[in-house]
Amino acid sequence: MLPIGILAPDFELFSTPDQKLRLSELKGKKVVLAFYPADWSPVCGDQMSLYNEMGKYFARHNAMVVGVSVDSKWSHLAFIEDRHFHFPLLSDFEPKGEVARLYQVYDAGTGESKRALYVIDENSVIRWSYLSPVGINPGADGILNALEEIDNLKMVIQ
Amino acid sequence: MTQLIPPVSIIDNSYGNPAALIELVEFGDYECPYCGRAYPIVKNIQKILGSDLKFVFRNFPLRKIHPNAFPAALATEAAARQNRFWEMHDIIFENQRSLDADKFIQFGVILGLDPDRFKTDMQDQVLMAKVSKDFESGLRSGVNRTPTFFINGIKYEDHWSDYHLLEHLRSVLGELSVK
Repeated sequence: MLPIGILAPDFELFSTPDQKLRLSELKGKKVVLAFYPADWSPVCGDQMSLYNEMGKYFARHNAMVVGVSVDSKWSHLAFIEDRHFHFPLLSDFEPKGEVARLYQVYDAGTGESKRALYVIDENSVIRWSYLSPVGINPGADGILNALEEIDNLKMVIQ
Repeated sequence: MTQLIPPVSIIDNSYGNPAALIELVEFGDYECPYCGRAYPIVKNIQKILGSDLKFVFRNFPLRKIHPNAFPAALATEAAARQNRFWEMHDIIFENQRSLDADKFIQFGVILGLDPDRFKTDMQDQVLMAKVSKDFESGLRSGVNRTPTFFINGIKYEDHWSDYHLLEHLRSVLGELSVK
C-alpha cells in the first residue's frame, strides 16, 4: 500500500461507457477510494451495496466514494443498474489493473485488484488506508473513523 | 475484535431474561434471504438456551436493494408501541418472500393491533429515526453483511448456519458458567 501523508497519484478511468473521471477533478472533497476484486458479489455482504446506503454519512464529511475494479465499463454499467448505485465505479480495464498497480493493490495471481481502501483528503493527500482479506467486506467503521479524524484535526488546527 | 457501539440499552428490542449470561445481538434486514435463513436458527437457539439467553434485534436495512426492508423495520417498531414487536418480527420473517406495503397493515390486523394507531406510528419520524440509529450503530460496529451477530458485545465472525452458532454459544456459556 502507498504510505499515509503523500499526494494520491492522479489517474483517469472510465466511469461510464462514454465518460472518464480524473481523480484530481474531485479535489476539494474527501474521496474514499475503494478497490475491490470484481463486480457481482452477493448482495447482503456486498461492500459497494453497503456504501450505497451511506450517502448522508459521507455527505456529512464532504466525502464521496469511488469504486475501482478491473471489470469493463459495461459490466460496471449493468452492476450499477442492478444495484441502484449512486456513486461511480471506475473501470481499471486497459491497461488492465494499471491504477491498482499504481496504488500497490494489484494481485497479479488472480488478475484482480485486492480489496483495499484509501481515504484521501480535500487536498489530495492520502490520510488512511486499509487492506482487507480479499473475501471479507471491510465494512464502514474504519472509513467513518478516518473521515471524522480528518475533520476533528481540522477543528483543532483552526 | 470489533465491539458493539453503542451497547445494548433499554431502547433496544430485546427478548428473554434481561440478566442472562449471554446477550446475542443480530443486525438484520427483513428482506435479506440470509436473515430469513437465520430466523429459524435463532428461534431454535432461543428455545434451547432458554433463560441463559437475551436476544436483541437491530435493524440494518439495505434500502436501495431491499425496498421493503425499511417499511418492515418500521412495522416492527410501530408494533412495539403496542407491545407486539416480536410477533411482528416473526410474522414478517415467516412471510419474507411476499412483502409489500399492504402486507404490513394485514399483519397488524392479524396481530390484533389498533389499526389507526399502527398506521399513524408507521409514519412517525421518531420511529424512522430509531431505525436509522440502528443502521448507524451497525456501521459503527463494523457490520459488513446481514445477518451480523454480536455475542456479549463482541462481533461473531464465524459461521452461523446449521448448528455453528448454537455450538459456539454453548461453549461461551460453558466458560462463563465455570467462572
